[in-house]
Amino acid sequence: MYSALVMEHFQNPRNVGVIPDPDGVGKEGNPVCGDIMEIMIKVKDERIDDIKFRTFGCGAAIATSSMVTELVKGKTLDEAMAISRVTVAEALGGLPPVKMHCSNLAADALHKAIEDYRRRHNGGSAGS
Amino acid sequence: MGVPARSVYLDHAATTAVHPKVVEAMLPYFSEKYGNPSSLYGLGREARKAIDESREKVAEILGARRDEVIFTGCGTESDNLAIRGVAFANKSRGNHIITSSVEHHAVSHTMAQLNKYFGYEVTYLPVDRYGVVNPDDLARAITDRTVLITIIYANNEVGTIEPIAEMSKIARARRIPFHTDAVQAAGSLDINVDHLGVDLLSLSAHKFYGPKGVGVLYARKGSAFLPMQTGGSQERNRRAGTENVPYIVGLATALTLAYGHLEDNNRRISQLRDRLIDGVLKIPYSQLTGHPTQRLPNSASFTFQFIEGESILLNLDLLGISASSGSACTSASLEPSHVLVAMGIPVEIAHSSLRLTLGRENTQEDVDYVLGVLPGIIEKLRAMSPLYNTRLAQA
Ligand code: FES
Repeated sequence: MYSALVMEHFQNPRNVGVIPDPDGVGKEGNPVCGDIMEIMIKVKDERIDDIKFRTFGCGAAIATSSMVTELVKGKTLDEAMAISRVTVAEALGGLPPVKMHCSNLAADALHKAIEDYRRRHNGGSAGS
Repeated sequence: MGVPARSVYLDHAATTAVHPKVVEAMLPYFSEKYGNPSSLYGLGREARKAIDESREKVAEILGARRDEVIFTGCGTESDNLAIRGVAFANKSRGNHIITSSVEHHAVSHTMAQLNKYFGYEVTYLPVDRYGVVNPDDLARAITDRTVLITIIYANNEVGTIEPIAEMSKIARARRIPFHTDAVQAAGSLDINVDHLGVDLLSLSAHKFYGPKGVGVLYARKGSAFLPMQTGGSQERNRRAGTENVPYIVGLATALTLAYGHLEDNNRRISQLRDRLIDGVLKIPYSQLTGHPTQRLPNSASFTFQFIEGESILLNLDLLGISASSGSACTSASLEPSHVLVAMGIPVEIAHSSLRLTLGRENTQEDVDYVLGVLPGIIEKLRAMSPLYNTRLAQA
């Protein structure tokens, strides 16, 4: 039921793990089936310098997590904020309809991580 | 992706390969002996004889009369027919049905419909943490309005065997018809209807190396019963429609084969199962689901905390292993298995369930192959799981 690309990301997920001292952390739970995803980012010059994820979820959840990290690494925060679940699903060559909700996790966790960074950044060094 | 080193089918609770002897017995009834059993000429009589002989074989294994055996289109049809057939025939006596909270959907969804559209009250008996119904709960649930009790014989997800004989005794004392869904049990457990004390029993051929698309409903003589399919007088007016002769022959042949070597087969399979269970439980944070001893000889089911079942299945499939899971992510409804939830297993742990069901073609090498690769799969997925890492950090 999954495309070859989904299976490839599922088997060899990119950027799995944690960043010891992250600039932003986003955690998202899936209300539909109860899965959890977490993204950590390191930011340099308004760009995503490093990104890592951990996911408790199905094949689609793992593959979309992996894909989203690959899509945004090196991108500006604004570019990353523009990534939606549709972008992720399309980059993977599509997902079965019943699995579309899984790609929400990845996009939402990413956005939360960026928001977290912005909150810390603005709050922490108002003058810069 | 490469071809897996081995192909191991461990989903015999889903379906089984048709036994070669069964195929052989069925073949003449497609193009050679194709008559309609209702016809009077030679071809028809030949088909009638095949059905009569098949009925005889099935009746013998059930310890039943021949006219108590109804051939149906599948196990689901048998369950539906038993429940609606008895409930509707007894409508004037009452509108209360008792069942368990761990039934197959063929039963539980039928209950939901009877409740929603036909005004039946349904009591779902709870189970303990092993999935066992307490007969005392059944005794307490019976009212003057109870017209049917239906309890699964052996659970399809966790393999737990219910105390059917004990419960049917309670039903009989109150003169209430008792049905059991024996779809998962038939082929490995005793299905003698007098030993079980049941009035109705459902089974399905494809669970015991017979073809898909044929089942049996046993209905004890004298029990009030309204047919659901009307038309010709086939199956003594209880299930209209031209008999599926080759499939009925296949079912009877498969059942005879299964009960011919029952003890030897069960001994061999349960040894493999125990080897599998012992090996899998060495994985940290793994748990057996279902009853430790009162379980089907071929069934092993587990949970592996912190990870999700579909991910386990996909990884197993990449290595040539076919299995199943009760995870919400693997179900079309995206809801966790109602069986695991009824057993009190928390939703996030039910998420990680894995069912491995053995069969006649499995060997010790198959089991050892699974035991060789499974720990690595679990480990890999846990390394990716935010829950597992948090747990380690707390420890
Ligand atoms: S995460 Fe549950 S279905 Fe994808």
